Amino acid sequence: MTGQRSWSLSAPALALFGVLLVVPLIMTFVLSFNSFDFYEGISNDISLANYKEVLGDSYFYEIFARTFAIALATTVICAIIGVPQAYFLNRMTPFWRSVMVLVTLGPLLISVVVRTLGWAILLGNKGVINTALTDFGLIERPVKMMYTSGGIVLALVHVMIPFMVLAVWASLQRQDPATEAAAESLGAGPVVIFRRVVFPQVIPGILSGSLIVFSLSASAFATPAILGGRRIKVVSTTVYDEFMNTLNWPLGAAIAMLLLLAVLVIMVSWNRLVERRYSEVFA
Amino acid sequence: MAFLELQGLTKLYNHFVAVSNFDLKVDKGSFVSLLGPSGCGKTTTLQMIAGFTEPSSGSIFLNGKDLSNIPARKRGLGIVFQSYALFMHMTVAENVAFGLEMRKIDRSERDRRVADTLELVHLAHLADRYPVAMSGGQRQRVALARALVIEPELLLLDEPLSNLDAKLREEMQLELRRIQQEAGVTTVMVTHDQSEAMALSDSVVVMENGKIRQEATPFDVYETPTSPFVSNFLGKSNNMRAELISQTPDGAIVECNGIRLESDPVSLPQGPVVVAIRPERIEIASSATDIPGRVTERVFLGSQWLLKVETGLGELLVTRRNTGHREAAPGDQVFLNWDRRHLRILPVEQKVSRT
Repeated sequence: MTGQRSWSLSAPALALFGVLLVVPLIMTFVLSFNSFDFYEGISNDISLANYKEVLGDSYFYEIFARTFAIALATTVICAIIGVPQAYFLNRMTPFWRSVMVLVTLGPLLISVVVRTLGWAILLGNKGVINTALTDFGLIERPVKMMYTSGGIVLALVHVMIPFMVLAVWASLQRQDPATEAAAESLGAGPVVIFRRVVFPQVIPGILSGSLIVFSLSASAFATPAILGGRRIKVVSTTVYDEFMNTLNWPLGAAIAMLLLLAVLVIMVSWNRLVERRYSEVFA
Repeated sequence: MAFLELQGLTKLYNHFVAVSNFDLKVDKGSFVSLLGPSGCGKTTTLQMIAGFTEPSSGSIFLNGKDLSNIPARKRGLGIVFQSYALFMHMTVAENVAFGLEMRKIDRSERDRRVADTLELVHLAHLADRYPVAMSGGQRQRVALARALVIEPELLLLDEPLSNLDAKLREEMQLELRRIQQEAGVTTVMVTHDQSEAMALSDSVVVMENGKIRQEATPFDVYETPTSPFVSNFLGKSNNMRAELISQTPDGAIVECNGIRLESDPVSLPQGPVVVAIRPERIEIASSATDIPGRVTERVFLGSQWLLKVETGLGELLVTRRNTGHREAAPGDQVFLNWDRRHLRILPVEQKVSRT
């Protein structure tokens, strides 16, 4: 009875999950084995040809490598900025903390397209930053920031930071504030306290934050599409191009499945590593 | 000058007086407890000694030197926190070694002292465990070892036993006393638990509203409280409003609800007073000559009985040692008496404002 009831109660969520996630995923998976001909369109035969094409072409390797490099750089920078930010947040008075949490979450309240176009205005060759630097006479030719990996990382960091801050903050809240006082009483200065006591205890938070930031960055679309344009391609924009421009849906599906697989493998092994390292310490 | 001396220590938060003009002398090697209800300023006092809170005025001298301008990390005090504040990502041995590392003590010396201290707290066999895999009592010992290994001049204990269950707490009381005496370290403990304070300390400082109410040995504080607050806070006490009507060198007479009671001589002006009597000092008499009463409640506590008796003085709490006989049951008529020297006559308390 209880089993039946719990199933029926979760039925709406399961249906939503099934229709919106599982079914499209399976359809994409099947699609990735079909073949495509420029004149004939998509045919229903099953082969590994698409995967062979992707895995045998250095062009795709380059795109995958760039995608993961951008995701990794975004994750590292988010951690470097996010950890101290979360630490300060945690030490603020409740009033300022709630104000600053709102500021931190700010980027998430603005549409990703609008936000990224904002970055385009700032970073363009005739953008705000370059114009200002030229007018001040600091540079003679505009610094290239649009259509670079760096520009993409910058904009991704901006939107991913909240996820890192919130994950680290959660682990800081679990930490006993008296541990810092204890370290101080034993003779440790502020730097040593942060490095030896605070930081090690928030590593699980950094790791879970990294997981979110990395997977979201690796599959981000709007930001690389607007700031990377045609020149700096990442996996998701490549998939988009295959679907919308070349119309080679099966190849696009194969690339998408490979991205999903790669991100999954990275996440699972990352998680495994974390659990093995910390199961003993944080049970 | 005493080993630890607090002079006129005061802490104000805006207009709230957390600690007011606090004077205390602690001898080397002794164990002093600051006892009081929550909000009485005991923790603030400890925080000021530790250096985590800056006094508004007054000074702290330890072994002759003024601690005022010495930051917490340079004071070299051993502190055991209420939550233990162990470094969860370090093993027991690493936790204990932390303070020695900060003092740049070399490896072999460090290992030796860590081993010695873990031996002292009976944890040598758990040196490589992480705190998460330990019981509350064991964590408590780690915290104690971590504080003692640096050979502090002063050990500060902040409610050290409050997170342990009752049975373990009693064991740890004895253990804590043994460790403190073996290490010979001067100790100041903060607690709201009167039995803990009495069991452990050489001297108890009872605090209320940021002020010292009484400072004496546990026995003296219990036997001769100087105020109704102290008599109520340490152990159980029947406190009643009364009028001091006469006093002679032979004794004093008070009147309570129309009943005259005798006591040993006191040095108080005639007028309103509070009389206090401990429940265990009240006898149940056989003759009908004393104070009559009716039992309203009876609770069996194993080693003793707890009775509530309705009398002309008001409701009195009486405890009786369990000698293997059934005590009077609710509804029974009993007669109470006591030796007059057990009756304490105390001044009426005035409410003090803290702002």
